[in-house]
Amino acid sequence: MFEDIYWEEILNITLLSLRVSGTAVLVGALIGIPIGAVLGFRQFKGKRTLMRFVDITLKSLINTFMGLPPVVVGLVVYLLLTAAGPFGWLGLLYTPTAMIITQLIMVVPIIIGVTMSAVGSVEKSIRERALSLGATETQAAWLVLREARMGVLTSIIVAFGAAISEVGGIMITGGNIRWWTRTLTTAVVVETELGNFTMALTLGTVLLSMAFAINLVLTIVQVKGARR
Amino acid sequence: MIALLILVVAVVGVFAYEQYTRSQKSIIVLATTTSTYDSGLLDYLMPIFQEKYNLEVHIISVGTGQAIETAKRGDADLVLVHSRQLELEFVNSTYGIHRVGVMYNDFLIIGPMEDSAGINGLGNATEAFRRIAEEGAKGNAVFISRADKSGTDMMELSIWKRLGIQPSNKTQAWYIEAGAGMGIVLRMANEKKAYTLTDGATWLSFKNQLTNLKTLVEGDVILLNPYAIILVNPENYPQRNYKGALMLAKWMISEEGQNLIANFKKEGETLFKPIARNFNKAHELGFPDQEKEIEWYDAQSL
Repeated sequence: MFEDIYWEEILNITLLSLRVSGTAVLVGALIGIPIGAVLGFRQFKGKRTLMRFVDITLKSLINTFMGLPPVVVGLVVYLLLTAAGPFGWLGLLYTPTAMIITQLIMVVPIIIGVTMSAVGSVEKSIRERALSLGATETQAAWLVLREARMGVLTSIIVAFGAAISEVGGIMITGGNIRWWTRTLTTAVVVETELGNFTMALTLGTVLLSMAFAINLVLTIVQVKGARR
Repeated sequence: MIALLILVVAVVGVFAYEQYTRSQKSIIVLATTTSTYDSGLLDYLMPIFQEKYNLEVHIISVGTGQAIETAKRGDADLVLVHSRQLELEFVNSTYGIHRVGVMYNDFLIIGPMEDSAGINGLGNATEAFRRIAEEGAKGNAVFISRADKSGTDMMELSIWKRLGIQPSNKTQAWYIEAGAGMGIVLRMANEKKAYTLTDGATWLSFKNQLTNLKTLVEGDVILLNPYAIILVNPENYPQRNYKGALMLAKWMISEEGQNLIANFKKEGETLFKPIARNFNKAHELGFPDQEKEIEWYDAQSL
């Protein structure tokens, strides 16, 4: 039953998946959390009509981008990175870097959006009380961010889940090259096409258990954090 | 401001890391058709080549149309494809150079065991297609088309063209446009008990999984399926690995490469027959300049 399974290849594929999605989410968090936090804070500020308009437009845009179809992102990144395209000189098409960029564009809006609503939903009174007790603006902001940390963590979980299970975008920009840009999801596609269902199912199981393990760890952190 | 700074540092860091982990070996990108990959030929040949020359070959396995398009955009170093019409367009556009025949096999018409269109044993592929269309219109047969601009798809369309038929999923329910690779289409045909055109190599590789299907028509001269290698013109894309592409092409058409291709078998049957140095056969299969090209490749020193 297991003669068609190549564990060395599965390991290689799994590590690549982790590296690509992990890097995308890590960089995405570094970019998305500060932006999300700033946007979340904005609602405390004044209520001038123009500002509110800009605010609402911006937030709707981010919410739209949270649902970016991965294949469309893949297509756009492909057109940017192809040798005939504007960034062709970088020689990044069909590399793991191209896949990271694709997933990065996908996860940043997710992280911004979830962080934004987490920060935004922290009770206004917390900030006001802090200020009335003599805290500076920065200290009050820090306090709000601390209160919102579980929501921020959720944004990372959601982003990682989206990245690791994504297939359409990285198929286009990575080229699904064996031993180089083949991830768990694209490998499932190939093995299914080749009729190696045992291998495809094994890869699917690895994908699922990996997602479970990572969510488990993050949830434990979340639960512990909530108790504090 | 801080966010921007972090962004820049992070992106630079990722790039540096990626460049660092990138293989130090020279990389050749080969864009090719699904049949050469799905049949296992390239997974059999490439490790031998990589070992010998200490190079790395990255295989983009798509349909012929897309493979050539990829090369035209400068995203590959060479192509291994099978559609004379698209190959000649590629060479005439000056993006591709030194088209040379490598190997061939046959296209086959396969279909359900019960063969409702009654084409079993026909020596004429065009007639077989005509009967499928006729029975299809009556609701007795289904044909699945690759519909992906692959070499196989181009061959299929050329046969319909001989009949003056332009079948389309839109108007004819018996004609299914899958838009997928050969492996998927064979599997679909097996599930739906449908007819399809397939290259011999992919069929042989999957045959024993496809219990509802069998070979019905083979041997018609129009069903010959030659594969060619074409290099990407280095004048258009100087940054591409022209030297690596040349090495790979030279090796594929060398005695060693050709012998390895001839010895690649599934269930005791040869999947691809070499033609690079069999000039008469090459001429017959649409490579009029085969001697000249082989001479050119042999004269290139690396």
